[in-house]
Amino acid sequence: MEPTNEQDPSYYHQVVDCQWACPAHTNVPGYIRLIAQGRFDDAYMLNRESNVFPGILGRTCDRPCEPACRRERVDGNPVAICRLKRVAADLKGDITDRLPVIPSEKNGKRVACIGAGPSSLTVANDLLPLGYSVTMFEQFDRPGGLMRTNIPEFRLPDSVLDSETQVILDMGVDVRYNAKITSLKTLLDEGFDAVFVGVGAPRGKELDLPGRHDEVESHIYIGIDWLESVAFGHVTEIGKRVLIIGVGNTAMDCCRSSKRLGGADIKVMARRPREFFKASPWELEDAEEEGVDIVVNHAPKRFVVEDGRLVGMEFDVLEWDEGAKKSTTLSTVTIPCDDVILAIGQENAFPWIERDLGLEFGEWDMPVVDKVTHQSTRPDVFFGGDAAWGPQNIIWAVAHGHQAAISIHNHCNDVPLDERLPMGMNLVSQKMGMSEWSYHNDYNPSPRQKMTHVELTKRFASLDLEVELGFSAEQTAREVQRCLNCDVQTAFKAPLCIECDACIDICPVRCLTITSNGEEADLRDRLSTPSANLHQALFISAPLPQTGRVMVKDENVCVHCGLCAERCPTAAWDMELFDLQIPYARSANFVRIPVRSGAPTESARS
Amino acid sequence: MPSITKPLIPLAPLPKNDLGLTIRDYEGAMSTLCAGCGHDSVTAAIVQTFWELSTPPRNIAKLSGIGCSSKTPTYFVRGAHGFNSAHGRMVPIATGANAANRELTYIGISGDGDSLSIGLGHLMHGIRRNVKMVYIIENNGVYGLTKGQMSASADIGSRPKKGEANLLAPIDPITLGLTLGATFLARSFSGDKEQLVPILKAAVAHNGFALIDVISPCVTFNDHEGSTKSYKFMREHEVKEVQTDFVPVRTEIRAKIPADGATEVTMHDGSVVRFRSVPTGYDPHDRLKVEEYIRDRQGRGEIVTGLLYVDETVKEVHELNGTPAKGLNKVPFAQLCPGSAELAAMQQDFR
Repeated sequence: MEPTNEQDPSYYHQVVDCQWACPAHTNVPGYIRLIAQGRFDDAYMLNRESNVFPGILGRTCDRPCEPACRRERVDGNPVAICRLKRVAADLKGDITDRLPVIPSEKNGKRVACIGAGPSSLTVANDLLPLGYSVTMFEQFDRPGGLMRTNIPEFRLPDSVLDSETQVILDMGVDVRYNAKITSLKTLLDEGFDAVFVGVGAPRGKELDLPGRHDEVESHIYIGIDWLESVAFGHVTEIGKRVLIIGVGNTAMDCCRSSKRLGGADIKVMARRPREFFKASPWELEDAEEEGVDIVVNHAPKRFVVEDGRLVGMEFDVLEWDEGAKKSTTLSTVTIPCDDVILAIGQENAFPWIERDLGLEFGEWDMPVVDKVTHQSTRPDVFFGGDAAWGPQNIIWAVAHGHQAAISIHNHCNDVPLDERLPMGMNLVSQKMGMSEWSYHNDYNPSPRQKMTHVELTKRFASLDLEVELGFSAEQTAREVQRCLNCDVQTAFKAPLCIECDACIDICPVRCLTITSNGEEADLRDRLSTPSANLHQALFISAPLPQTGRVMVKDENVCVHCGLCAERCPTAAWDMELFDLQIPYARSANFVRIPVRSGAPTESARS
Repeated sequence: MPSITKPLIPLAPLPKNDLGLTIRDYEGAMSTLCAGCGHDSVTAAIVQTFWELSTPPRNIAKLSGIGCSSKTPTYFVRGAHGFNSAHGRMVPIATGANAANRELTYIGISGDGDSLSIGLGHLMHGIRRNVKMVYIIENNGVYGLTKGQMSASADIGSRPKKGEANLLAPIDPITLGLTLGATFLARSFSGDKEQLVPILKAAVAHNGFALIDVISPCVTFNDHEGSTKSYKFMREHEVKEVQTDFVPVRTEIRAKIPADGATEVTMHDGSVVRFRSVPTGYDPHDRLKVEEYIRDRQGRGEIVTGLLYVDETVKEVHELNGTPAKGLNKVPFAQLCPGSAELAAMQQDFR
């Protein structure tokens, strides 16, 4: 194999599994160390730099980082990354003076953001400090978009949502509430330099089965519309027996909201077996804890409506083959109910975009949007969040917002959109002295800390009672030490190696090998511990000076304890902090954004 | 010296041996030797050897004298018996322990100071008597624990880190052993576990005194330019013409013996040491030929490694002495110590 190119930031980036998996590339180990030091403001700001909404995401993120976490491969349970993010947000002080100074003199460019959800807010967050004038159009009377309408308050309190959206609006967004855009043409005619479409995927999928339209008074609801009505207080009660059709995260929010609005017997009806559910495992757990029944292998067949009143729903009971591809119907059952909520997905809808504006639509009537630049086929219109390529989650919307902001900045300055700065990195030795490192390198065997919830007897009293209580100080102290500091990289300098084997002998997971070079499959076979995980890279050194063999490191289960570097007599191994330099709109022409406190740093670093 | 202990990682996929133990179960305390010390690699080779042989830790006895090398028994097989003797006095302890319990595997770790200076007399008699034990000399040519004076194994012209080059002829434990009637002589290098581990396995199987001279560089006081016991010097001057494989007892021997006359030696316990390659005319049973070969290579500035001499026909000390085969610890106390009346009767015989 060729020697690994450690100059390429993506090599070390991939070693930091959480940061690699996060669409916004949040510096997770960095902020966890800051929490460990009690520097909550710094931890919050480090988060905010990449994911903009730490308090919101600390409660609602889909957590792509956690299944990726190295700790899962080490003791079976990932670090509770999301919960720790919330700790930083809950315990932070006043961060106002760390926010960017907004230039009083504008740059003369006007940007319109349609929708006041996470992607639009991120665009505003990135562009306002550069002197842009941002006008935001929101159909409701409050900001937040889907975070407001589709996430119930018992999961995300309004106070958290308000404060984090307000921070951005206070940067000087000209926000227009109750201003639903009904024609893109009219908006374009106002002469904006760029328009960002961040309207989400606002249409819940319909289930057109017999009986759907036979009711006099409707007791069949579309999930996201119903949640929206609950959020705005238009719906305050529901029947005793509720069926939720579908088993995604929206279904989980619907069933748990129903429980708080008077529902007693609530069933979530799933077509397929449990392992094929779309809902996040923790949301399923929380719903089941609240006494919601999850019924598998039931395919909806018919709404049973008698005398214009919904009385139940008919299902085919299915049996699936392995892999749940094909099913056979075993029987048909009718389950009585008072209300049905349809939560079988949502889709995009752009009836307000005229088709003669030079904005091309492709498959499934979706606009054609460039995957990197977020630009549509009309150069001044950009898409992001769920509006771009269909429903994902908040953290993706934020990542889209950052990229779209770079594109808009380029577009407004006549810079080609593909002139985008690459990722950069800093590597800094963490050696402080003999066997002394600037990070906590001892492996801590603590188990994953369990989130405490409000007692079940008190939980349903009101819709806005937040269920998760957050980590206690003790839980936080234990959980932060579970992080393996994957960003403290084992950096190897082949010319210094004397091949004494000290690192190989001391490695607790036997991830190092000195051997003759070969093809990857052959090398993987000859490792100290033959490698089972092909998703994790092998580090291959340059030929070693004394024998010409190579140092091979299997990145799979390295716990970053630094013992190789402690035992290395020549400092060929060193533990170096990897700091990923993520380009944002402000990085494009090396603009240094002053912060309100006057401190010169752009962001907090550990 | 590491600041933390080597952590146990629950899901690290470690294979298990016949006893269901992982290699981590054969480790000892954290080493307090200098980072990069060759002795730590020898320790790792011993750990690997006993793990691969599936030796129950309780059946191992670790012995040592004084010195950096003699600290190392602490760092392997924490479940084994152990005895740190006085400087250079490991052989008498091993001889006595062997008489008391014949079922243990005795492994002694010594250094060039412990064995070739203060303990040389005991080493020579251990060889002569053929005490059943594995005797490892972790040979770095320097007194590391007293800050780097040249030892008795330092070569003529070898330079210490500070001061004058050595002018005295070295004691070579292998040629010394050949003249004293040693039954198992090997030399290896701490930086080459592929060679060292099979030699260690053969040594454990040997019925007698198995002497292994392991060149084990002192990374602090003897790993510089001008040293003849550095990692670099060893890699440039090591000759590995004598190559052996160790075939455990339970393995069916299928491989063909190569045509160039390679020899097989069946060990006391039924395992086999197979000489994969030897130089032309070399016979690992012929003392004279072996010594001639080693001295010839030494004259050319080369260091020969491998299992160099083996004789499995000589009895070990307790067989020769007729010590009870089951070991003195199994002899009933009344018989072992029959009392003053018996003593008086016995003394009467000599009057």
